[in-house]
Amino acid sequence: MDLLAWTYLLVGLSFALYLGIAIWSRAGSTEEFYVAGGGVSPLANGLATAADWMSAASFMSMAGLISFSGYDGSVYLMGWTGGYVLLALLLAPYLRKFGKFTVPDFVGDRYYSNKARVVAVICALFISFTYVAGQMRGVGIVFSRYLELPIEWGVVIGMAIVFFYAVLGGMKGITYTQVAQYCVLIFAYMVPAIFISMQLTGNPIPQLGLGGEVAEGVPLLDKLDGVLGDLGFSDYTSGKKSIPDLFMITLALMVGTAGLPHVIVRFFTVPKVKDARLSAGYALAFIAILYTTAPAVAAFGMYNIIQSTSEKPIDQLPEWVLNWQQTKLIQIEDKNGDGLVQYLPDPASNELNIDKDIMVLAGPEIAQLPDWVVGLVAAGAMAAALSTAAGLLLVISTSISRDLFKTFRPEISDKKELRIARLSAAGAVILAGYFGINPPGFVAEVVAFAFGLAASSFFPVILLGIFSTRVNKEGAIAGMLTGLVFTISYISYFKFVHPELNTAEHWWWGISPEGIGSLGMALNFLVCFGVSWLTPPPPKKVQELIQEIRIPKGAGQASNH
Amino acid sequence: MSSSPTKMEQYWKKNLQTLGILLFIWFIVSFGFGILWVEELNTIRIGGFKLGFWFAQQGAIYAFLVLIFVYVVRMNKLDKEFNVNED
Repeated sequence: MDLLAWTYLLVGLSFALYLGIAIWSRAGSTEEFYVAGGGVSPLANGLATAADWMSAASFMSMAGLISFSGYDGSVYLMGWTGGYVLLALLLAPYLRKFGKFTVPDFVGDRYYSNKARVVAVICALFISFTYVAGQMRGVGIVFSRYLELPIEWGVVIGMAIVFFYAVLGGMKGITYTQVAQYCVLIFAYMVPAIFISMQLTGNPIPQLGLGGEVAEGVPLLDKLDGVLGDLGFSDYTSGKKSIPDLFMITLALMVGTAGLPHVIVRFFTVPKVKDARLSAGYALAFIAILYTTAPAVAAFGMYNIIQSTSEKPIDQLPEWVLNWQQTKLIQIEDKNGDGLVQYLPDPASNELNIDKDIMVLAGPEIAQLPDWVVGLVAAGAMAAALSTAAGLLLVISTSISRDLFKTFRPEISDKKELRIARLSAAGAVILAGYFGINPPGFVAEVVAFAFGLAASSFFPVILLGIFSTRVNKEGAIAGMLTGLVFTISYISYFKFVHPELNTAEHWWWGISPEGIGSLGMALNFLVCFGVSWLTPPPPKKVQELIQEIRIPKGAGQASNH
Repeated sequence: MSSSPTKMEQYWKKNLQTLGILLFIWFIVSFGFGILWVEELNTIRIGGFKLGFWFAQQGAIYAFLVLIFVYVVRMNKLDKEFNVNED
């Protein structure tokens, strides 16, 4: 069997599995559609959260991002895991006790205001739409690379699959397909990583291999520092970003993670408060398996690429370099005509351009693994993109059917609400697919957007909603709007209006647009407090609600009110 | 609500204390060891790793995991102690 056949077989099998699960776990009621009936075990929810969270970007691009930024790449590693501590300690258990279905539900009830609810819905829709467009694009890219189909066809097939299980199964279908998707993606990520680690350092555990030696007495990381240094690059183990910027980006990613609606909503699906805490722990454990492997994959990949290309004759490069040159993910141009490849920091004389996705995608070939492993990585990348897309689409459909429709037309029956939820999921899939085929040209920037907005809008109002009894609706609305407007303006200014000014000397206090969500969050907190103190405290009923969500007892009944 | 207000306040206070300690450690292992004092820690070596770099790319994540599980155990105990657990 050749490579393409293996890829079709493994991707096809994984799709059959997802569809099978979808049919087996159809949703029969709105509660099943929104939160899987609140009956998911903490372990299953942990697995599903991990798949929900890890997107095409985590799977394909993160290792490469770290390869090229070295120590600076740590912001993603700490940022995208540290948020789970905040989620577990500050949000998940209380939101589970609150016991409804969405983040706008909580904002609307806690701040006794449909205006606050609508602002929250707008934030949720904005965050989820920007994010999901990137996922659909990711599905298309995987299809085009591995199955040699046009990107458009890839997006359409991805849409069809997600449509089937998200629209049919709702949260229940998504949860159990995500469990399967996690297993596929982690297996696909670990197999090549383990083999490469063994080849380079003799240690099968990549996390330890990263600190291992490539030759007697020569640690891999020191060797990498040396090799990069000789070529004129900065050290792999030290960074270029300033400390305030590293600090703010890490914080924005952490807080943004904790504020992402598609992640938060997963904790509404477990039966008890206790389970919400535990399942956040499981989720981070499953995420950490990939996130502690990624820096190893990053360093191994960088080392391998330099060793097999730098100063080597162009006509004697290894086969995998030639294979990936065809996809344009590796580009070599002999500028000085000496017949050798020069990898240099100066773009004018550099002859080797590598796409960041190569570190993961070319892994199996670098390690000379059999063809079926390549097919497996394709299925893994697809699983990562599909699982995240499905989680986001559910947030979008729930926001429309429940937070908008049901709020303003409370008399509609459960059956009708379910139909609206399915219809809006279908509409969202089509819209996401459209953006996947016609990307709005800023797919790379939307990550900064989504996290910045989640950090500056949701996180502060949810946190204060639980931990302060004084903060009221006026404060919450003013805070959310301030955080939102400030963050959108700052990112838009540097990314779209004046991209040429997007350098450290023009940033406020050296904070890049990626990290500005932290400042937006601080502003949100300040405004929320200030306005709340100047206006009357929340009514007694809300004070009681807050006291109620602070203790775990009675969560079982709470989901039915 | 079966518990009296004062008992409830005590439970909440203990909860906040737990959160304070755990979040302090959360801050130190990531923002502290991984960013602020990374240079100093990089002078210490463990195997093939510089310690600051290890914290930034590995150690902080392991610490986060431990923190969540410590929180789970501690809160389950506290819930039982104050009789606000769910079973």
